[in-house]
Amino acid sequence: MSEPKAPAGGITESPAGFAQVLKAAGLAPTWDGVHGSAADLGLADATTVLAVRYDAGVYMIGDRQATEGYSVAHRRMKKVFPSDDFSAVAISGTAGLAIELVKLFQTELEHYEKLEGTRLSLEGRANFLARLVRQQLPMAFQGLVVVPLFCGFDHLVGSGRLFTFDVVGGRYEEDDFGATGSGSREAKSYLRSHFDPAMDAVEGLSVAMQSLVAAAEQDVATSGPDVRRGIYPNVIRINVDGLVELADEEIAPIADAALEMVR
Amino acid sequence: MTMPFYVPPEQLVKDRADFARKGIARGRSIAAVEYATGILLLAENPSGTLHKISEIYDRIAFAGVGKFNEFELLRVAGIRHADVKGYMYSRSDVSAKSLVNAFAQTLGNIFTHEVKPFEVELLVAELGVGDQPNRMYRVLYDGTLYDQSGFAAIGGNSEELSERLEAAYRPGLSLEEAVRLAAGAFENGVEGWEGAILDRNGHRRAFRKLTAEEIAECIAAA
Repeated sequence: MSEPKAPAGGITESPAGFAQVLKAAGLAPTWDGVHGSAADLGLADATTVLAVRYDAGVYMIGDRQATEGYSVAHRRMKKVFPSDDFSAVAISGTAGLAIELVKLFQTELEHYEKLEGTRLSLEGRANFLARLVRQQLPMAFQGLVVVPLFCGFDHLVGSGRLFTFDVVGGRYEEDDFGATGSGSREAKSYLRSHFDPAMDAVEGLSVAMQSLVAAAEQDVATSGPDVRRGIYPNVIRINVDGLVELADEEIAPIADAALEMVR
Repeated sequence: MTMPFYVPPEQLVKDRADFARKGIARGRSIAAVEYATGILLLAENPSGTLHKISEIYDRIAFAGVGKFNEFELLRVAGIRHADVKGYMYSRSDVSAKSLVNAFAQTLGNIFTHEVKPFEVELLVAELGVGDQPNRMYRVLYDGTLYDQSGFAAIGGNSEELSERLEAAYRPGLSLEEAVRLAAGAFENGVEGWEGAILDRNGHRRAFRKLTAEEIAECIAAA
């Protein structure tokens, strides 16, 4: 509030989002002076996350393991986050950068909502996320890659939608499912043969869980449900009524069934 | 070279205060009432789209009366202040107290240094965490700050409104009773309501707008 006279969003100014406010305050992350490779830094990587559409909306699910090279860095990491009441974002790649990116994304969406009195369109949210990813490009060249996955319920269209991204900030809408991370190939190949657009909420969750288990079977950096420790994948369901983060008690039987089924 | 006339500071302040007060008196008022599980903000507002009440942060709400562009500027600055602070430190570090201090500084500076003072009055309400008490602050056009509890009023008729609220207020109201009490404190002939609550609903964001139907139902339930 140091500049009381500054016009707040005057017509001659381009709309100032939270990211610009941070930049003006000197608080935005900068990559100036970053050289060389980050390969030897030993940073944690997040692995398989995926999103699947079902008849009334979309599921997003992510495993819980972060790795540093060949060892497990964290067993209970969260990679699937609500970005607001009707959308969620999941991350793969360098964990530290990805978590910060999610925080900035969440804050920006809420900031916009409070300033404008209305939520940013789902399309707008996806585009903004693409821009955040593009800004990370210099870091990607150092080996610090962050690739998110975004999904939500679009009230303008009346259905769940999901978007995948690449390191240069390319934004691709998928009409069935999407996955990112080291196990994404396995997950997608499982989904390709098991996905059905008419799945209801129960079937959708089962198929999403099975594809994550299939990814964990084949990809060493992805952990499936860890029944012994009671660590289950994070699951978010989004439909016309909003977003729900499923509780472990609800996820556990689905995960157990998926472990039985995918062998 | 022309010499400016000497104006005594008392006169200068009085003129500016009169000017600001006149501007604020033209506008409609806003009342805030604490109820059992939260805080109600109720404004007389014939427009369904030009809002006077807004969310600032998880447990903080803002209401402004007077010139729209002026309190809108402060509202936006308040949201930025809160979001930057919450991003930089932690969500729990954002407090209404530091926010109203910033508002008061800004308004005080504008009052003494600018060509014309802001013709606004602000109300900032904060829902207490757990069993801690709620906080309500009133900020005047010159940066004067008041700490209120139970109920508060800002705007042209704030004094009368405040008296009527005081006469009717008691702790532990239900939301419905609070809406009826606040609405009853306004004079007759209100053209439209804008209402919002900060409620201990278990969600991170405690702020919720009340729809026109909800407000009408509460008033009609008497």
